[in-house]
Amino acid sequence: MDFELLVRIFPQVLLDGLLLGFMYALIALGYTMVYGVLEFINFAHSEIFIVGAFVGVELLLGLKSRGVLDTAPWPLVLLGVMLAGMLASGALAVTIERVAYRPLRAAPRLIPLISAIGMSFFLQDVIRLTESLWRNAFNLVYPTLEPLNERFELTSTLDVSAKSLVVIVAALLMLWGLHALVNRTKIGTAIRAVAEDQAAASLMGIDVNRIISLTFLIGGAMGGAAGVLFGVQYGLINPYTGFIPGLKAFTAAVLGGIGNIPGAMLGGIVLGLLEAFAASYMSLLTGGAFGAEYKDIFAFSVLILILIFRPKGLLGEVVRERA
Amino acid sequence: MTSTRIRSLVALGAALAVALLPLGSGPAAQGKTIKIATQSPLSGGQAALGEGIKLGTQLAIEKFKVNLEKAGFKVELVPYDDQAKPDVGVSNAKNIIADKAIMVVIGHLNSGVAIPSSEVYKEDNLPMISPANTNEKVTDRGYPNVNRVCGRDDVQGPVGAEFAAGTLKVKTAYVLHDKTTYGQGVAEAFKNDLEKKGVKIVGFEGTEEKSNFDPIVTPIKAKNPELVYFGGIYDQAAPFFKQAKEKGVKAKFLGPDGLDSSDFVKIGGKAVVGTYYTTAAAPASSAQAKQFGEEYKKKFGKNPEPYAAESYVATAIAIKALEEVTKGGKAPTREALGSAIRKVKYNGMTGSIEFDDKGDPKKASYYVMQVTTDNPEKWSENKEAKRLAIAAPAMKK
Repeated sequence: MDFELLVRIFPQVLLDGLLLGFMYALIALGYTMVYGVLEFINFAHSEIFIVGAFVGVELLLGLKSRGVLDTAPWPLVLLGVMLAGMLASGALAVTIERVAYRPLRAAPRLIPLISAIGMSFFLQDVIRLTESLWRNAFNLVYPTLEPLNERFELTSTLDVSAKSLVVIVAALLMLWGLHALVNRTKIGTAIRAVAEDQAAASLMGIDVNRIISLTFLIGGAMGGAAGVLFGVQYGLINPYTGFIPGLKAFTAAVLGGIGNIPGAMLGGIVLGLLEAFAASYMSLLTGGAFGAEYKDIFAFSVLILILIFRPKGLLGEVVRERA
Repeated sequence: MTSTRIRSLVALGAALAVALLPLGSGPAAQGKTIKIATQSPLSGGQAALGEGIKLGTQLAIEKFKVNLEKAGFKVELVPYDDQAKPDVGVSNAKNIIADKAIMVVIGHLNSGVAIPSSEVYKEDNLPMISPANTNEKVTDRGYPNVNRVCGRDDVQGPVGAEFAAGTLKVKTAYVLHDKTTYGQGVAEAFKNDLEKKGVKIVGFEGTEEKSNFDPIVTPIKAKNPELVYFGGIYDQAAPFFKQAKEKGVKAKFLGPDGLDSSDFVKIGGKAVVGTYYTTAAAPASSAQAKQFGEEYKKKFGKNPEPYAAESYVATAIAIKALEEVTKGGKAPTREALGSAIRKVKYNGMTGSIEFDDKGDPKKASYYVMQVTTDNPEKWSENKEAKRLAIAAPAMKK
């Protein structure tokens, strides 16, 4: 076992893990916000997320074919594309809630869950169909914004690309913004009130349906932004790409304590770090007996252990009492 | 009342007669139709390659069906989409053997799909000629109905190893694979042979990851190998090599024929130019291959994907065997066709092909190619770096 190597790559693995973790955290917010308000798991969120990525890639490809991509200032392009992704995903989330969940709100809890899973499959194939008719393509490649590929060498073993920094900064800003929105604004108070007691909230003059739509809009928009960032960071998407990150983000939400916004962030980061360390270190630590292919097994074993000792997640499930 | 009843009875009788009429003349017409099926992924991430198999077959049928048509047969193509999934392949295979007009299957793209599907074909001795399945188990089961016109993984791995150690002269290598029958098979064969040649393997791992390769790349970069090998398919290999290059891995890249698709550079871009891949598919530079490429482009409006040419050759062999078994206008049987295929001696654009007793070509050519441009349109202009002709190993008893 090469101990010196383990130490040498430690900072880089830490950074890789954080980056992945922020990505999971952004997606996890969509799960956790909806759960906080409706106690319902929106399994179609992984597709809401990837729709953001598709809107992003279509816009970027459109800009590229018009030759604007290389001349326009990149922060503006990125911001515009992210906003478009957020808008599309948010609108999609609201529509899904209206069409597939609201009519079932009074039904037993398993029914909307099945509706959500069906929605997820439906959306995957709608994306596939649209893209194959529109571009005759299955895998879509994000056009590169050259300045974002810049790499900064911090030490000889640690470097970071501009796009990774953008992802981390954007994620932090969005998490902070959401936290402020929920805790310091009137809308946030309304959301928390609906989460606590729908009947009482409506007696206080809160339009419950509107607040639920708003929750889906915010959660979906976060997912859409995450989708664009995912595409920019990893470069390749297809209609089924959303599924695995979606599943992991859901896990992150449970790990942090579902319904709990800071919990989703913490859960995402913990899961990202576990995964990165497992993938990079397992083969080194076991002398090649267990390679990177076991990263998910390791990460999820740790997760099971955590949930055995803290069944409500790291920060606890926040439903009804405090939201 | 009675008159109505009689009238309706007459009407019923007439309807029955009409319904029965085509059935009566059915069997003779059906016997005159020969269907050639393809099974390959027509949807999903590998659809580009799968469609090449279908179109290559279609082109060959149109070109070579003349003699069969003169003998009074109608030749039809029936494409099936196996979605690169074993379960879909097997359920398609059950439909295929149930359609008695289907005489031969050209397919599949993925060894993991071809192996279980060919178990179904074997139940009814339906011949299969594979254009692309390089896993050794495809023919090593010794089935009389299973053949392939391409090379084998246990040879493709060593070809890569020979190139890495002999031509590139690397001292260290990092080997990754995608955990599929195909990818892991080639990667293990490559690794074992490379070790025998004295090259140090600094890492050997599998991954199902498709987007985020950061945690895998970090240790590779730290170990700084001279060569990175990826045993797998382009939709995973391209983003991996791209991310590795962007993160500053300086190694040369090598992979098996799963990389052989224009989508490889479409996804990987400039970062993957210079990558080497071993393949059993002949480069498009020979005169015959050029002609095929032109006809293909004229008909379908795009350049042939890898294995389109092999599918064309496989279909040509099947049609040659069909001509043999239908001599004198008699209806072909699957069993007779199977043994006729084994006797065909064919000389085409991928060289001369003659099957041995387990369905492998007696001698197959292997090529090492290098990616020369990031323009997907020019994929067929990739440079040939080395060529080896190797006989298939004898069946392990």
